[in-house]
Amino acid sequence: MSEVIVITSGKGGVGKTTTTANLGVGLAMRGKKVVLIDTDTGLRNLDLLLGLERRIVYTLVDVIQKRATYEQALVRHKKYTNLFLLPTSQVADKTAINPEQMAELIAQMRNDFDYILIDCPAGIEQGFQTAIIGADWAIVVTMPEISAVRDADKIIGRLQAEHKEIKLIVNRIRPQMVKEGTMLDMTSIDDILSIECIGQVPDDEKVVDSANRGVPVVEWDSSQAGQAYRNIVGRMCGEKISFMEFPTEGFFTRLKHVFGH
Amino acid sequence: MLEALMKIFGKTDKSSQQIAHDRLKVVLIHDRANVSPEVMEHLKNDIIKVISNYMEIDQNEMEISLANDADSVALVANIPVHNMKHGSDKKH
Ligand SMILES: Nc1ncnc2c1ncn2[C@@H]1O[C@H](COP(=O)(O)OP(=O)(O)OP(=O)(O)O)[C@@H](O)[C@H]1O
Ligand SMILES: [Mg+2]
Repeated sequence: MSEVIVITSGKGGVGKTTTTANLGVGLAMRGKKVVLIDTDTGLRNLDLLLGLERRIVYTLVDVIQKRATYEQALVRHKKYTNLFLLPTSQVADKTAINPEQMAELIAQMRNDFDYILIDCPAGIEQGFQTAIIGADWAIVVTMPEISAVRDADKIIGRLQAEHKEIKLIVNRIRPQMVKEGTMLDMTSIDDILSIECIGQVPDDEKVVDSANRGVPVVEWDSSQAGQAYRNIVGRMCGEKISFMEFPTEGFFTRLKHVFGH
Repeated sequence: MLEALMKIFGKTDKSSQQIAHDRLKVVLIHDRANVSPEVMEHLKNDIIKVISNYMEIDQNEMEISLANDADSVALVANIPVHNMKHGSDKKH
């Protein structure tokens, strides 16, 4: 029996696809059988982050329109052979798949994997409905910015109306700003949204570097964000892992910044 | 220079983190309750009309707002009363 999780956000560009790729690889690294479904039809990116863009033959839209079975559309990961991507079409738009069709597909796939992670498009229109319908619970990704938190709250309302359990990931935290009091931290976002946090991920240049290479940072020992994703994976597997402390600049480094070096 | 020193020692009066937190608390109450500022204004005027039948109130000092308490929303009103009106003053 699979656990079906949708990764959603409200505001666009806060890190849903990055989160989906990292959690997917992280779970696969632990030996779980995982499929990642890209529902951002027309704007697909999950294939790129996983380095699988050149191996796509059929898409989610082909499966929904019965031109292929979902097994035919799955792309197996090169390194983690228990990880699969169900890519979507880059030419069709969100109306190509309706929520009922998606629910039917998830029901069909449910017994074949340990985890099904669904990457949701931005916004609250049909694409959102399609992405969330088959999910058992939802991860809401937000950033420590006032507008991203407000939009997250709207999505949380929608998810609660559908009786979905929700956990929060705060992405792109800049510890130095938090320390200086110029950025919201996880605790205050927790307090505002009243949703349990399952992770806090620092802003990390390595995320961009890793996207360039098609290798999610969760594989990189040296990356802070990678460690944060490994911790989230552990929590998803039921382990109790405390939230990491991020290193911040010391007094002298800050002195240098202030005086412009 | 003073500003630079303040930065080094991380001292400011109210941090933007705190400001963002406070603003979000208020805006989300309204978002969740789906109540616009205009609706709140109408509500306030109606409350004044009704209460003025019974007592003299300070309209300028009066405050009404929505507050959330765990997972429910409450209407909180703070209405300073100047004087009670006598039963005979009651207008209909
Ligand atoms: N922790 C991080 N540190 C640094 N950069 C990040 C981090 N997380 C995400 N990014 C960058 O932010 C950008 C948006 O990320 P991503 O595509 O995952 O967001 P999204 O929510 O899926 O966007 P969309 O709403 O368009 O689907 C990317 O360029 C990504 O590399
Ligand atoms: Mg995305």
